[in-house]
Amino acid sequence: MKLTKTLLATTALTVAGASAHAQDMADSMTLVSWGGAYQESQHKAYVEPYLAMNGGVTATWDESSAEAVAKLRAMNEAGNITWDLVDVVASDAMRLCDEGLAMEIDHDELLAPAPDGTPASEDFGDLIVSDCFIPQIVYSTTFGYRTDMVPAGTEPPSSVCDVFDLETYPGKRSLQKRPIDNMEWALYCDGVEKDDIYDVLSTDEGVDRALAKLGTIKDQVVWWSAGAETPQLLADGEVFMGSTFNGRLFSAIAEQDQPIGMLWDMQSFDLDGWIVPTGLSEDRLARVLDFLRFATDTQRLADQAKYISYGPARASSAPLVGQHATLGIDMAPHMPTDPANAGNIHIYDYEWWADNRDDLDAKFQAWLAQ
Amino acid sequence: MTVTIIQPKPISFVAPVVGIAGAFAGLFVGTAQGSALIGVIGGFVLTAALAFLWLTVLRNERIARWVTTLGMAAAGYLTGGLMGGLVGLIFGWLFGWFIFWLGEGRYRAKLPPYTTPMQVFLHFGFRVLCGLIFFFLITPIVVVMPLSFNAQDFFTFTPEMLRLDPEGYSLKHYRDFFTNSDWQQAMWNSLSIAPMATFLSVSFGTLAAIGLSSEHVPFRRAIMAILISPMIVPLIISAAGMYFFYSRLGLQGTYWGVVLAHAALGIPFVIITVTATLVGFDRSLTRAAANMGANPVTTFFRVQMPLILPGVISGGLFAFITSFDEVVVVLFVGSAGQKTLPWQMFIGLREQISPTILAVATILVTLSILLLSTVELLRRRSERLRGLSPG
Amino acid sequence: MSVTTDTGPVLSADGKPLKRSLNKALRAQKLRALALIAPLLIFVLVTFIAPIADMLFRSVENQIVSNTMPRTTAELAEWDSDTSELPGDNVFEALYTDIFLAAEAKKHTRLGSRLNYEQPGVSSMFRSTGRNVDEIGEDQIKALEDLNGAWEDETFWFTLMTGGDGAEGNPSLLKQQAASLSNLTESVYPADIGFVPGQAISDLLPQTASAYTSFALFSAVDNGDVVAEEEPWAAVKLALIQDLRSGVDLSSYSGPGAAELAEAQDLATSLPPVDFKAGFIDIDEEWADAENWTTIKMYSPDFTSGYFLNAVDYQKTPDGFAPRPEDEQIYNTLFQRTLFMSLMIMGSCILLGYPIAYLLANLPMRTANLLMILVLLPFWTSLLVRTSAWKVMLQQQGVINDTLVWLGLIDEAGRLVMINNQFGTIVAMTHILLPFMILPMYSVMSTIPQTYVRAAKSLGATNWTAFWRVYFPQSVPGIGAGSILVFILAIGYYITPEIVGGTTGTFISNRIAYHISSSLNWGLAAALGSILLVAVLVLYWAYDKIVGIDNVKLG
Repeated sequence: MKLTKTLLATTALTVAGASAHAQDMADSMTLVSWGGAYQESQHKAYVEPYLAMNGGVTATWDESSAEAVAKLRAMNEAGNITWDLVDVVASDAMRLCDEGLAMEIDHDELLAPAPDGTPASEDFGDLIVSDCFIPQIVYSTTFGYRTDMVPAGTEPPSSVCDVFDLETYPGKRSLQKRPIDNMEWALYCDGVEKDDIYDVLSTDEGVDRALAKLGTIKDQVVWWSAGAETPQLLADGEVFMGSTFNGRLFSAIAEQDQPIGMLWDMQSFDLDGWIVPTGLSEDRLARVLDFLRFATDTQRLADQAKYISYGPARASSAPLVGQHATLGIDMAPHMPTDPANAGNIHIYDYEWWADNRDDLDAKFQAWLAQ
Repeated sequence: MTVTIIQPKPISFVAPVVGIAGAFAGLFVGTAQGSALIGVIGGFVLTAALAFLWLTVLRNERIARWVTTLGMAAAGYLTGGLMGGLVGLIFGWLFGWFIFWLGEGRYRAKLPPYTTPMQVFLHFGFRVLCGLIFFFLITPIVVVMPLSFNAQDFFTFTPEMLRLDPEGYSLKHYRDFFTNSDWQQAMWNSLSIAPMATFLSVSFGTLAAIGLSSEHVPFRRAIMAILISPMIVPLIISAAGMYFFYSRLGLQGTYWGVVLAHAALGIPFVIITVTATLVGFDRSLTRAAANMGANPVTTFFRVQMPLILPGVISGGLFAFITSFDEVVVVLFVGSAGQKTLPWQMFIGLREQISPTILAVATILVTLSILLLSTVELLRRRSERLRGLSPG
Repeated sequence: MSVTTDTGPVLSADGKPLKRSLNKALRAQKLRALALIAPLLIFVLVTFIAPIADMLFRSVENQIVSNTMPRTTAELAEWDSDTSELPGDNVFEALYTDIFLAAEAKKHTRLGSRLNYEQPGVSSMFRSTGRNVDEIGEDQIKALEDLNGAWEDETFWFTLMTGGDGAEGNPSLLKQQAASLSNLTESVYPADIGFVPGQAISDLLPQTASAYTSFALFSAVDNGDVVAEEEPWAAVKLALIQDLRSGVDLSSYSGPGAAELAEAQDLATSLPPVDFKAGFIDIDEEWADAENWTTIKMYSPDFTSGYFLNAVDYQKTPDGFAPRPEDEQIYNTLFQRTLFMSLMIMGSCILLGYPIAYLLANLPMRTANLLMILVLLPFWTSLLVRTSAWKVMLQQQGVINDTLVWLGLIDEAGRLVMINNQFGTIVAMTHILLPFMILPMYSVMSTIPQTYVRAAKSLGATNWTAFWRVYFPQSVPGIGAGSILVFILAIGYYITPEIVGGTTGTFISNRIAYHISSSLNWGLAAALGSILLVAVLVLYWAYDKIVGIDNVKLG
């Protein structure tokens, strides 16, 4: 760090202008993200503008966020980091930070303040769940259902527990092939108070209870592992309802005109953001930090919401959220954070899952295979 | 082969057989319309009557077949819209052909004259069975083709598509493939990785195969087993191993890393095909060349190579397609800069379901058909030139 | 040639014994053949065999425990895990040093994840301990720093530990600590880091000198700082307090900081002792659970059979091997399922492939070649496309169900479930692997002379007898070749079951992939992979015995 600062200072003194600046920075970046509409929104909202501002810089996308922890570990083992900036969910960011695979960030020093001068750490507030994590969006995992498959004479589903109600709402469901969220929903619908969910889940009986509840619908469940699967299954009419990320459902409903309705009850909030891998060379790090400062400022995060219905992570971005870039509809009502949608939400406990993920994964996978 | 005399068959045989086939087709039409029984009876009566009419009254094949085809198409259209019309058209053509094929006794044309009716029946029963298996082989590939023209972004036959409504079709996925930089980059990566990998496996593989074909190689079986192993070891194990090992060598995420991995996977195919060709290779030819003063290099390129070239080419094709169609290893060993076509397709399936992958598939299948047909045509041509009669 | 009557060796044209000449020529030929093979053999060994061997090694590798906690594992060797008593204070003190270093190097969570595979809950124990290990001995350190500000001064510490300018150094301690630290951090420590511990001080205060040396190495190399400008870790200060309490005789010491040391010793002896055990249990009461300690001890050797046991649903216990709890047993089921489904796929490939191969082998060349295109076309079409095509075909709103409904064979409510289960995987994989069955069968069948069957028939055999007694036995090698090929390929399949298999139609490979990319349990993935690989190699060996590797033919 010290070396960079000195270098930057001396070059700034000797050679004036932006060209000197550019010399210290690598002219290519590898950005890692999730692919699909989400990556597209990042590309349009900040990568394209950044590249336009900085001629000669190129950015390559790698759709490996799902395997980010594994790949970063292997890269670290080999001492050869090929990624510059990695988009991960909050829990992965914490894991990477714990293992020293992600760089700790001074949010106030490296990120732009809000337009009114509020320092970045306050603007992001509680969403900075780890020292290495730079939040971009708030998204939720929630349910969509086929409006045309709701049984005649019944109200459309309005509670997450309708997922477990095969009598009123027959048909297949799609759920993510992991214990997170599913176990909580199962306990909630088995009558556990929202505040007690994690206490109950900490016991063996609680785990059995959650699995037993999931067991009531097990043979009606299609398990997905990629975010695009539920929209496809809904569009095909393969399932009646299914969980996925809210932005995927938005794009199926608003952009593809599919007969799908949103079920916001007990939506599970989660965060997604950047981490910088440790072990980058000075010039690459300088480029990444320069990009990061631009890409996470108030306006850029608000711009991203034009392309996808995820809530910007900065408080100061919320008022700037406008209309969809091509459809011209107001985006605010489609945000998971919109008060109308956030009536009954589920706050997903990162710490708890960080501690218990391995155990529950083993039990859940064994249960699935039975 | 003996030429069997083709003679018309009695109508008392033809009409019931056609009728039974008609009843079978009628079963489907009938169930689709609500009553299986009416379908079966209707199908039987209708087709048997047609057979009787065409074979005993009209006796003009061309007119009869046109009438059957168009008539059934019209009937289908009136009951089932465009799709029904299409089905009717196919049924009509089929029955028109079937009636005359059976009635004129053409079905015996290629069978020895002494075959008993039972043998004839078994013969054609077997052919039908094989037809069904071919159907099983080809249908999935044919089915994806229309889907690539889907106007929507999902892998589903929309009602518009089933009605054959032009609204339901579009070329947008093809447009996407040709304009989207990701797809173009992936195409380009595939086209730069596969030939290099093929080159490596073919050049190393051919040399080794020649070495292996010599009679006096020690540990021949063991060496062979090692060289074939990339084909045998489960891909996931190879991929994981290469991932960790190449990371350590700094090859992970580089062009050469992917090329080396793919070359290793392609080697067994080259070894297998080239050694197979060498089995039939006459060693006295190289000895003769050496006798006449050619050095080993000249002997190889002027004598041996031209003769084993077909094996080398087909091994090379296999190696090429292995690299071109490989997704597991490249997912592990490659990084964003080496994103190949199959990788992009895998993303297309997993992260952003998009029928663009079907458009790509259609293009690739079309290319394969062209390639395979060209190879077959060339083969026939060379056979003709060499004076071999096509068997 | 003249007939020689003498009994001497036969000579070749150049007068040397023929036998020797022949041997020489033979040797030259062997060498030439080997020279031709060598490049490829080396290529395959390096690019393919070495990576696999390397990966499989991970299935027994377990250095992580002793590398991360070298002191603790050494102390634990004395502890008897059969008693349900906790290990002694010496172990907890060693644990403190190890965890402190590991937490600085951020390696403790990785060890936690490793041990968590064996004993649920260990992961969070390590994580919370790493976060709070500073709390241990807090009061004592505070008292030391309150006593004299020098103990918070980096320059004072640096001088104390080097023994001042020109003092005799103790490079062997530096070397020893560097070796132990590089096991943990995987960094390379140069000989010169701008610090050498003083000989005098390392004799006097051994623990402190070791701790400070580790600190110096870590600051200089891993953090890239200047040692003299950094205040030492709490662990160094605690080591000092422990050294001083152990009753060292300071009277003969006259190096830098002698006065401060003497003053500190008075304080240290008056303070309550640092209770490491209580400190750890305070941070996480899991440390009071002897079972966790048993796990650590059990997995402290550098090599372990744990992953392999896990791969067959067993686990290590103090009393030997025992089955895992029922709700965590999964791998036997998966192996059996993989085997069963591969057999089903092989069977359906035989049933479907045999007629086609027979037809192709008995048709005129021209027609056979045209039909061969139909076999090769799927073979040449991308695997992903064929798999997604089956998805389109088999799903409940898919082509087959739509057709069946349209034909009225099933009604809207009775749509068949053909995907996300074993049926889906078997159908799709049969389709994908069918060419691998047809091609070897075809190449065998096309060598069977048709005259045999005709001869049999002319001798009065029925169609069936002629086929079953004459043709079929000759085609068996083709079936064998195709079957083993298909079975070997099927057993290791990954992509297709992943996309169409759901939860009941997945293979062991899917689980391996899951452990590599999601759960990060690479050791278990390697163990599962080794078992799978052994199964495949046995088949491969059988194939070689029965068919011969040279006899595989492709088109």
